[in-house]
Amino acid sequence: MSEFAPSTPAPASSLRRLPKSPSLGATGFLVVFLAPSLVLFTTLVILPMIQAGWYSFFDWNGYGVPENFVGLRNFQQLFGSSVFLTALRNNGLIIAVSVVLQIPLALWLATLVSRRFAGAVFFRAVFFLPFVLADVAAGIIWSFIYDGNYGLVASLGHALGFDPPFLLADKQWAIYAVLVVIVWKYFGFHMMLFIAGLQGISPDYHEAAEIDGASRRQRFLHITLPLLKPTIALSVFFSVLGALQTFDVIMPLTQGGPANSTQSMVSFLYLFGISRMKIGFGSAVGVVLFLMCATFAFAYKKMVLKDE
Amino acid sequence: MSSASAAPAPERAVSLVYRLYSYAALLLVGGIVFFPLLAASMGGFKSLGELRTNPFGLPQAWEWQNYWQILSGSDYWRMLANSLAIGLITVFTTLVLGSMTAFALAHARFFGRDMLLNYFLLGLMFPAATAIIPLFLRIRDLGLLDSYFGVALPQVAFGLPMSILLFRKFFRDIPKEIYEAATMDGAGYARAFFVITLPLSRPILATVAIISFVGSWNSYLLPLIMFNDGSKFPWPLGIMNFVSDHSADWQKILAFLTLTILPTVIAFAIAQKHIVSGLTAGAVKG
Repeated sequence: MSEFAPSTPAPASSLRRLPKSPSLGATGFLVVFLAPSLVLFTTLVILPMIQAGWYSFFDWNGYGVPENFVGLRNFQQLFGSSVFLTALRNNGLIIAVSVVLQIPLALWLATLVSRRFAGAVFFRAVFFLPFVLADVAAGIIWSFIYDGNYGLVASLGHALGFDPPFLLADKQWAIYAVLVVIVWKYFGFHMMLFIAGLQGISPDYHEAAEIDGASRRQRFLHITLPLLKPTIALSVFFSVLGALQTFDVIMPLTQGGPANSTQSMVSFLYLFGISRMKIGFGSAVGVVLFLMCATFAFAYKKMVLKDE
Repeated sequence: MSSASAAPAPERAVSLVYRLYSYAALLLVGGIVFFPLLAASMGGFKSLGELRTNPFGLPQAWEWQNYWQILSGSDYWRMLANSLAIGLITVFTTLVLGSMTAFALAHARFFGRDMLLNYFLLGLMFPAATAIIPLFLRIRDLGLLDSYFGVALPQVAFGLPMSILLFRKFFRDIPKEIYEAATMDGAGYARAFFVITLPLSRPILATVAIISFVGSWNSYLLPLIMFNDGSKFPWPLGIMNFVSDHSADWQKILAFLTLTILPTVIAFAIAQKHIVSGLTAGAVKG
């Protein structure tokens, strides 16, 4: 403990760079330590959120002050827009795929690589690598893979003798092509959560069950799965919040096209609100997104994550 | 569990069949995951003609000039430098503000402390996209469009809740006795922070630094909205520009792409353990 005492020479020298003790009282300390964060957070997070709510009632191009009050017209337009409804459906689809396909895939792989064996660390790294890469990079790589002239689909077409389709230019299939990229990019993150969860389960349980003659499958269903419930709950939470924000990966792949079939709420916000400087309309999208995120986060924390 | 160190029980139990199945599954999935990355970096070594006939194999003739052209030009280096500058500003500001705020919230007793903490934690409930339009107007009115700070400051502001949460948890776990030497009046708090807490906090500083740097390095939406001047573009904007300038020249795009993800892949190879635990810490501990 003595090594932390302020009387030792090394810490004392670093003290001299601090404001002199008498000038920094309790109030001074609080101001210096709290005010900068408070100002930054309020001006760039909280106020913009409140302003988005305010602007959403106006028709405004962003210059001067908002004057043309239109009530709920922006919201009416929004929910009357078939493009926005497509975007909502796509966000729903991303949530569904994340929860129903991606999480089981991640859990399955986690059970395979959480044991210690030659290559475990290597495989974990390979599976996590896509998560570390930028969405934009992932999108560009996959738009090459999907390219009907050069990519994987083209090669398959040539090999099997059919005309290679352009998946990303196909109104019906493009969104599924985007979903594949999202799963490829994000399953590694969930796998890591599950590995941490699995390693928190004492091997004693498995040993005891094995002695009693439980099969691998029985042990998974009756030991692993129940004990992983908190991790699964957490994983679902991040999947849903992440899915609601999908944007980066869509831009290099399709930019919301073809014929707006792959829009998400945020790409809609960008292309129909920001790009056209329709501040009120775009803010209305932001408000809807905020309400969804906040309602979900609040309800989920109250109902599902309450134990932690 | 003294026997565990000699021969871990779960290892013994693994049958040969299960082992074969698990290697086969891992190789298959690993191949699917790695294949696009490999195809992209190999593609950068090919000519456009070869890309058409042989998109995924090894190049027949290695075309180093695709890569060399990019490395000898200035665009690539400028993009990376821009991204690095934005990332460093973001990390430094996040560490300073996040740790100081979390320290005050963890150790000082004052009126409204819990309210203040909850106020910051509100930020965890919604993504930056929801407030992006007023944020753009604010940055414009502050005259910070086309500047590093115009992107870095919003990133810091939106990263603060998570970093305060992580710092605060770490600071609270430091044993109280360590602080007893320093008197906990106002001046004592500040001194305790710099002399006692910070030197003990390297693991959490590293974790928060990794989270905010990776976030900043890969960030696309904020710079897309805040930057208009191409010479300031960080690499995600730069590469999107490059793609639209070279729409059919996949060999150039793939070479450019490979070079832009190379720093990430190298950093990941060197510091894999820290990056993985850093990026999952927010989820697990938050």
